[in-house]
Amino acid sequence: MSKPAFTNYETAWCPGCGNFAIIETLTGVLNQLERPPHQVVLVGGIGQAAKTNQYITANGFSGLHGRSLPAAVAIKIANDDLTVIVNTGDGDSYGEGGNHFLHNIRRNVDITHFVHDNQIYGLTKGQPSPTSNRCDLTDNSNPCNLGASFNPLLIAIAAGATFVARSFSGDKKHLAEMMTAAIQHPGYALVDILQPCVSFNKTNTFAYYKKRVKPLDEGYDATNKLAALEKAMEFGDTIPIGILYREQAPTYAAKHPELFDKVPLVDKQINQSDVQALINSYI
Amino acid sequence: MYNILLGGAAGDGIETMAGLLEKMLKQSGCHLFTIRDFMSRVRGGHNFTQIRFGDQPLHAHRDTLDGIFTVDEKSYQEHQPRLSYDGFILCDEALAIDDFRAIKLPFKKIATDLGNPKVINSVATGALLKLFNIPLDHAAAIIKSNLRADLVEINLSAINKGYDLLESHYDLPLIETSEDLMLSGNNAIGLGAVAAGLRFYSAYPMSPSTSLLDFFNAHSSTMAIAVEQAEDEIAAINMAIGASYAGATAMTGTSGGGFSLMVEALGFSGIAEIPLVAVDVQRPGPATGFPTRTEQSDLKFVISASQGEFPRMVIALRDHTDCFYQTARSLALAKKYQIPVILLSDQYLADSTTTIPILNASEIVHYDEPEAPVPTPDHPYKRYALTENGISPLAIPGKSEALVRVDSDEHDESGQITESATVRNQMVQKRMHKLEGLKKELIEPEFWGAQQCQSLLVGFGSTSGAIKEAVDILNQEEKNYGALLFGDIYPLPTERLRHFCDQVMEIINVEQNATGQLASLIREETLISCEHSILKYDGRQLSVDDILTGIKNFKGGF
Repeated sequence: MSKPAFTNYETAWCPGCGNFAIIETLTGVLNQLERPPHQVVLVGGIGQAAKTNQYITANGFSGLHGRSLPAAVAIKIANDDLTVIVNTGDGDSYGEGGNHFLHNIRRNVDITHFVHDNQIYGLTKGQPSPTSNRCDLTDNSNPCNLGASFNPLLIAIAAGATFVARSFSGDKKHLAEMMTAAIQHPGYALVDILQPCVSFNKTNTFAYYKKRVKPLDEGYDATNKLAALEKAMEFGDTIPIGILYREQAPTYAAKHPELFDKVPLVDKQINQSDVQALINSYI
Repeated sequence: MYNILLGGAAGDGIETMAGLLEKMLKQSGCHLFTIRDFMSRVRGGHNFTQIRFGDQPLHAHRDTLDGIFTVDEKSYQEHQPRLSYDGFILCDEALAIDDFRAIKLPFKKIATDLGNPKVINSVATGALLKLFNIPLDHAAAIIKSNLRADLVEINLSAINKGYDLLESHYDLPLIETSEDLMLSGNNAIGLGAVAAGLRFYSAYPMSPSTSLLDFFNAHSSTMAIAVEQAEDEIAAINMAIGASYAGATAMTGTSGGGFSLMVEALGFSGIAEIPLVAVDVQRPGPATGFPTRTEQSDLKFVISASQGEFPRMVIALRDHTDCFYQTARSLALAKKYQIPVILLSDQYLADSTTTIPILNASEIVHYDEPEAPVPTPDHPYKRYALTENGISPLAIPGKSEALVRVDSDEHDESGQITESATVRNQMVQKRMHKLEGLKKELIEPEFWGAQQCQSLLVGFGSTSGAIKEAVDILNQEEKNYGALLFGDIYPLPTERLRHFCDQVMEIINVEQNATGQLASLIREETLISCEHSILKYDGRQLSVDDILTGIKNFKGGF
């Protein structure tokens, strides 16, 4: 058997980290895609999850904390032939990068966004993240969010996202299905992937998630936006996983047909005579 | 050479009138230089446009006015101290202006009789053209191509009626300017970027850089430029970096406040070695400052913006021609050295329009990236390969089998995160080494004036035109003055400066800021001190007159 196209480098993650299952699943999904590694760009911000692109044999863009989305959409706009996948964490995506999260949903550029959501800041060792559970002053649980928890799926659907899903690192088969569907979705696709942080999150453990995650019913209609909003609000004793919402909507490329024809933007050339004609229009 | 001012409140149509008048003057055979002074509001207040025109090329505005056209008393009161004794005030007969220089005409009545009081400015335009004995030959074509079809006829009638209201007073020699361009600084930057093959522009609207965003939007589909209005300046610069990584020639633009948000990503471009051009169209700061006015106070900020150390280049744009050629050059240098290049402009240059000789797309500096080596299993592509000149061969993702791995963390040759002290030293040295090559490409400041000068003025960016004209005036008496006008400003080219430093008795820095940032940079880099400084920071551009007055003040008269 020949060597798979996508392989992994040695990682710097903690033993038992949920990221291992995610990277293993992602590598498998990429090998199924029939896209050569040089046509795939893995983008990350900063954080443990954001290091994913460091550990897979593909093009890698490790940007700034919180800023993976603007870079990723621009890469895709510049070269529509590339498959662009963002892997980064809950702090990077919803905290530092919150404004970009909101507005890149609206752009609907054809990229995929995998948020490794462990409901805590891991690399900085244990501070609450926007998605940490809400608690009160008498609660000694760790991590503890005295304010409201950020609900990424609810916000993504409300902001106009065209593919919104949740999965769990402990269910690799489900995760692979979600990843594949997200990558194949034309437009911005978000998969919020619950994963335990074994070192710091003593609340949202593997057992915690295992007990609560529940695949959506077979009859669930992912195209019903109001129902999806309602479903997205469920996060407690049961946590729904699966594609909560999807719709076919024009992508960024479809809305800019003049820039997205057969020739990717990066290869387009303008004749010097056309440039000179534009200059001469100021005579 | 004449200098007229059109004044009124925001919403009075002064800007539209000035735009049409400029075109008519230009087409009739005038050189001109127009500045725009507006308040940060959409209606009311006081705005003015000042048009200087004549038979010689112009590079700056002057303070003394030959004429004022005003729609309100406020503009008269504000500007009449600058009006020459034999100048004129053109206004409607109803205005309460008691001045022997006033020419009061029934503009409003004529406009009303024509059926639309709003054409009052066109009546006045006709009167202005007649005063300066400018033929009406070009009016019809210009009105037709700039106004809505249903407004053409009435405005042309208005211009003709205004033309018949009075006799010519000035005799203006008209020359051949039909091959010249007339454009604003921001439009010249836009054209330079288009000529250099710009494929991606991202920005958040911010005065006075916004017209750049508007320019690229207007030409997006015909010139194949993806234009993204970002959610903030942080997104704007990170988008430009992403597009550049993917191989698109990319640029972002903003003013000082937005640039402040961009600085972390500026360093990212530096460490990740991703080509980037960022335009800072300066306005007075700090914070919100004076949104619609001008200053040159970001120099020391942009040369040191962002934590850490990395090579960068800063080019100050001196005039509209610079805006075109230096923007193109900045994009080429950013690619060649894989560094961020910052273009410093300002509101004065951005919004002023002038006539300049034709700009040639064929004359710009291009940089064609050599093909990166083809990777093999034994020799995979290394994005940060150590090389003699510090520049690593650049591969574009998807264009070959090379895997292009870039990182904001310190990294090894392959782009992998590292914490190795040895690799850190290698990478810092590699990046900084690029400066050696870059320094060889620096363009020395333009010298202007008398080669044997004893007094040397130094300036950078948009004050250059005023400095040149001031030097010319000073040298009419005694050929004692020279000026060095910096375009490339960081790294600072020092050869010509050292040469003149040995010759002159005094150096005078002329700057649109409060602290003398150029003088400070010169001293830091060369230990050369400036004896005197002429500084202005009230948001209004240093004029030729300000420079002459400044020199007179510390010379005790001349």
